[in-house]
Amino acid sequence: MTADATGAPDGQHDVLLSARGVAVHYPGRGSLLRRPAPVRAVDGVDLDVRRGETYGLVGESGCGKSTLGRALLRLTEPTAGSVVLDGVDLRSLEPEALRRARRQMQMVFQDPMASLDPRMDVEAAVGEPLRAHGLATGRGERGRRVRELLGLVGLPASAATRYPHEFSGGQRQRIGIARALAVEPSLVVADEPVSALDVSVQAQVLNLLEDLQTQLGLTYVLIAHDLAVVRHTSDRVGVMYLGGVVEEAESDDLYSQPLHPYTLSLMSAVPVPDPVVEDTRERILLTGDLPSPADPPSGCRFHTRCPFVQPTRCADERPVLRELGMPGVGAPPVRAGGSPHRVACHWAEAIRDGQLRPNASAHDPAATAPA
Amino acid sequence: MALLEVRDLSISFPGGSGRGSALSKAVDGVSFDVEAGQVAGLVGESGSGKSVTSLAVMGLLPHTARVGGSASFDGRDLLAMPERELEGVRGRDVAMVFQDPMTSLNPVVTVGTQITEVLRRHTGASRRAARDEAGELLARVGIPAPVRRLREYPHQLSGGMRQRAMIAIALACSPKLLIADEPTTALDVTIQAQVLELMGELVRERGTAMLLITHDLGVVAGLCDTVTVMYSGRVVERAERHELFARPRHRYTSGLLASVPRLDAPRGQRLQPIPGTPRDVIGWDAGCAFAPRCSAADDACRGTELPLVQDPTASGRHLLRCAHPVPDQRADEPADEQERSA
Repeated sequence: MTADATGAPDGQHDVLLSARGVAVHYPGRGSLLRRPAPVRAVDGVDLDVRRGETYGLVGESGCGKSTLGRALLRLTEPTAGSVVLDGVDLRSLEPEALRRARRQMQMVFQDPMASLDPRMDVEAAVGEPLRAHGLATGRGERGRRVRELLGLVGLPASAATRYPHEFSGGQRQRIGIARALAVEPSLVVADEPVSALDVSVQAQVLNLLEDLQTQLGLTYVLIAHDLAVVRHTSDRVGVMYLGGVVEEAESDDLYSQPLHPYTLSLMSAVPVPDPVVEDTRERILLTGDLPSPADPPSGCRFHTRCPFVQPTRCADERPVLRELGMPGVGAPPVRAGGSPHRVACHWAEAIRDGQLRPNASAHDPAATAPA
Repeated sequence: MALLEVRDLSISFPGGSGRGSALSKAVDGVSFDVEAGQVAGLVGESGSGKSVTSLAVMGLLPHTARVGGSASFDGRDLLAMPERELEGVRGRDVAMVFQDPMTSLNPVVTVGTQITEVLRRHTGASRRAARDEAGELLARVGIPAPVRRLREYPHQLSGGMRQRAMIAIALACSPKLLIADEPTTALDVTIQAQVLELMGELVRERGTAMLLITHDLGVVAGLCDTVTVMYSGRVVERAERHELFARPRHRYTSGLLASVPRLDAPRGQRLQPIPGTPRDVIGWDAGCAFAPRCSAADDACRGTELPLVQDPTASGRHLLRCAHPVPDQRADEPADEQERSA
């Protein structure tokens, strides 16, 4: 597949990161008589991230969202596909060129305690990427820059001489963010940046990320399992299931009209801190567990758990991401500045228009009655 | 009389941050009831004392812990009960589901044996009868192919299935009280929805009483009848769930609600975080432990101990420990104005 940063489907936007057909397959475990089947952690993802936006990747454990995030930065080597950052094809870069390119792309990790060296004080930890990239040379200059970065993430300058264990979880995450921002990247991939934090502290870090984006013009890929967090922070959202993106839309469109059955059930499963909402809403409960990515179901990967599964197509034809037609019309007009709402489901129109109900067949006339 | 009545529970551990002889208080003067056929929620963040409370009720704290107060279950004080007698109650009348099933299931014993063990011990069932019952229990908690699963080890089950197996073990003897400590925190949301549905059914159909310990306000909103909010080892607010979410009066409760992003909230609305961290506390004897993080805190919140009292503006039972509660109003419009001007 060829990468085309200026091509469809986002030709009208300034695309910073463009991924085409990205796949990450791990060697699986075989047995004496059976060849190992690869674990298809990420299996053919196309993605465009626009300059200055927050692109949210959401999905449950095992869907491949973290692997995809790492593959976008080549922290995990993709087995196929291309990733183009600001016109540079990252997969073609030699190690030294890739190392230099890393200045443009940084990562914020879930557990700041695990990603900070406990024996390095904050000045050394935040200063390390500066040294690695030959920035702010000289101790005095580096120290000044580190204090400036600490100020940026809301930590006092005195934090520089302390060690990670002396900080709370939220403060440690701030250090992790300062470290990522030290080299002035244009793209930051944040993998579950708040899920290890106390509820009352999460909002502080989310607001900080938002402020930094405005201040520095950052582009984020935000990976999270929490739909509410993704909805709050992201401009556009991609929903992943078993290694693939099953739906992609602007945050507001996705939440006001989810189209993929998986998104529908995911959203209906998220508890809302409001008893009135909780008492009245209908849950679409999924049956069973996530299938193994070493042996993904044929056709649509979700068909084994899908409450809308149909006797035709679902089991034998893998749906591609597509824009929906209006009832009897072509593709819906995308409003000015908006982006397409795309979904990978054969029956998305029928589900949207209420012709299909959960756990009912399309051929059952009783099921096609309006809700 | 409620099935479980916890009164003035206090728990402390030796070796606080100070000198050797010092005791650090984890829980201080906590009281609550759990009624049969109801779910009582205990909400708090790390360090609030919610988990220690449940362990104390089950008699599962280490021996070094100093426990005071009483926990009367069916008229008998669990805290004063000799260990042998307690062993007869645990697993039969009171069962517990923990957050991480991988650490509470025995990794080298099959799931089937772990369930039949409980049945044989407490009901004296024969090996065969226990085996059949175990299969039925696994089927009841929604595990497919239950008979095959009985022969499997915990690591062969997925996270959601392990948690359901834990619930099956907990339900084996039809306990009167189920204590669930963050039972769905380690699970994905779609699996969480399945497990919560199952637990809700149990309470409704069997009249089991449940004490649900969680940090997740969403889970509380859907499942609990009453909600007790804990902060730094004490109860700061308690009310029936509709009352609590519609009229949160304690600044910590309202702060928590304003700081979590909601799936159904319009995008672009800025979150209102609670400043500081749960570590920034003062002792309760020196005022309100939440005062260092509270925007309304003043001299009234420091120096004197604040009691837990009935909210005079509430129509039902609504307990509160706060010198400056959130003004009593149906929060919608005024709250929006505050946010716009902020």
